[in-house]
Amino acid sequence: MTLTPQDKQNQDEGNETGRWASLIGGGAMVLMGLRQRSLRGALTAIAGGTLAYKAATDKGGIGEALGMDKTIKVEKTVTINKPADELYRFWRKLDNLPHFMKHLKSVTVIDDKRSHWVANAPMGATVEWDADIIEERENEFISWASVEGADVDNSGFVRFKKAPGDRGTEVKVVMEYAPPGGAVTSAIAKLFGEEPEQQIGDELRRFKMLMEAGEIATTEGQPKGS
Amino acid sequence: MKAVCWQGANKVQVDTVPDPKILNPRDAILKVTSTAICGSDLHIYGGYIPTVQKGDIIGHEFMGEIVEVGSSVNNLKVGDRVVVPSTIGCGNCHYCQRDMWSLCDNSNPNGWMQEKLWGSITSAIYGYSHLLGGYAGAQAEYVRVPFADVGVVKVPKDIPDEKLLFISDAIPTGYMGAELCDIQPGDTVAVWGCGAVGIFAMISAYMMGAERVIAIDRFPERLEMARKYAKADVINYEEVSAGDALKEMTGGRGPDCCLDAVGLEAHGVGFEDFYDQTKQKLKLETDRPHVLREMMVACRKGGTLSVMGVYGGFVDKMPFGALMNKGLTMRAGQMHGQKYMHKLLDLILTEQLDPSFVVTHQLPLEQAPHAYKIFQQKEDNCVKVVLKP
Repeated sequence: MTLTPQDKQNQDEGNETGRWASLIGGGAMVLMGLRQRSLRGALTAIAGGTLAYKAATDKGGIGEALGMDKTIKVEKTVTINKPADELYRFWRKLDNLPHFMKHLKSVTVIDDKRSHWVANAPMGATVEWDADIIEERENEFISWASVEGADVDNSGFVRFKKAPGDRGTEVKVVMEYAPPGGAVTSAIAKLFGEEPEQQIGDELRRFKMLMEAGEIATTEGQPKGS
Repeated sequence: MKAVCWQGANKVQVDTVPDPKILNPRDAILKVTSTAICGSDLHIYGGYIPTVQKGDIIGHEFMGEIVEVGSSVNNLKVGDRVVVPSTIGCGNCHYCQRDMWSLCDNSNPNGWMQEKLWGSITSAIYGYSHLLGGYAGAQAEYVRVPFADVGVVKVPKDIPDEKLLFISDAIPTGYMGAELCDIQPGDTVAVWGCGAVGIFAMISAYMMGAERVIAIDRFPERLEMARKYAKADVINYEEVSAGDALKEMTGGRGPDCCLDAVGLEAHGVGFEDFYDQTKQKLKLETDRPHVLREMMVACRKGGTLSVMGVYGGFVDKMPFGALMNKGLTMRAGQMHGQKYMHKLLDLILTEQLDPSFVVTHQLPLEQAPHAYKIFQQKEDNCVKVVLKP
């Protein structure tokens, strides 16, 4: 049997999907495997949405429109001394996220899949977007992507994986976002800071503090001399 | 309230600042009754610790009385008299639960700085730079105590402060330093530095079964304190070569355990000291590792080095070949105060230990600038200053 070009493409995508699923579930650095690929496309593909994946990567798709080379990709993992189900439950209730994500003003859950996000931007401005959950596996994995019309196009996943021995749960966040053009660009750049990985690292550390210690360590409001 | 605020290298002043407030549910506010100047405060005073900012309240060795508790603190009440370990631990993370409190994952809000410099985050310490959390220190009338529910030890009201205060830092630091030596019967333990930490390390070494303790310093009054209160044989390294003397005093073997209670401002002699002083002043080297070098060479084969003196950054010209080829073990760390505080209190209450002899000066808080100066310059035989707010 000879493969038609369409068969070949389907097979490649099937392999790609399998490779991606194992990469996300495994212990390697996800961004190393991602290389030039869009995270949104990969997440859509492993969720079984081949058509959506094609839409996102074909000419004229979202990725192309945003210029994928301009996206920022970050990956950060922290180990938390709590079982995965407890961490998953807190995170999956998306309106909890502003408790530890400093730049988020609010997350409003619209339905089982869709939510509305409002983030603080410098000088009192805000940026907003709607996001859909692409895939969720209880106590393990949540992936999401913003929908059309977002001020900040973004996608990502959070993965909860039991750490070896009695070390708790490894929580990994991988995110990709595309600062839009125009007047908002500089505000967004500042919003996410010059080092996005530090920002995501700080968010995850605050999540860990909240889950383990029950509060987030702070010195804001303490006395200081002149 | 009045508080000791860092102004720049070799300058502190007593400022009037706002009183601390409860910021988190597990906080408590303490009225400070005694607050010591630690030898490691001199590293801050001298400007050797990065990320200390003008106006920061310093000090981390303290005790006092609870005046307010946060909504989640159920085991303390207003009026309780407590001693507070200098390292801040949450009690719930992987490290705190294994009694490694100074490695706490959750007490340092500025962890990203440490992660960049050291690869990991360690616990915060009161008043000890923004790198180590940026918490306001305790050389003040009042101090906020985070994670107070797990971070203090209650003490009886009828024992004077001077007997209890050093459970906060100097005693557990010395005790842990001795513990890290893994002392075996017959062992000789050499301790560099005869400040409070060094002397408590010597006393602890005997408690753990050391045969003999040798103390190394250059100030006669400190060596005398080590001899008198810690039964140490002493070496003044300005009179004889410490390395040669240690060899001769240990049958040519070298000490079994070497303990650094000096840290990053070590003074050497001759060219080596000139080299480190110059590099440190030019910011080519953050720490002066004279003691580390000397320990590596002096220690017997297969022996143990215990590092309790504070280092912050980079050291230069280490005789690493000695460490490797002699099969030495090196152990280090900020002390895990919450692990030791109950045991140490017990030693004091049962009169097995009375640490009050180290106090050479008691001064009002307002005299902090003078106190720092005499402690740094070792004037007036100053070994340990306790400030009274």
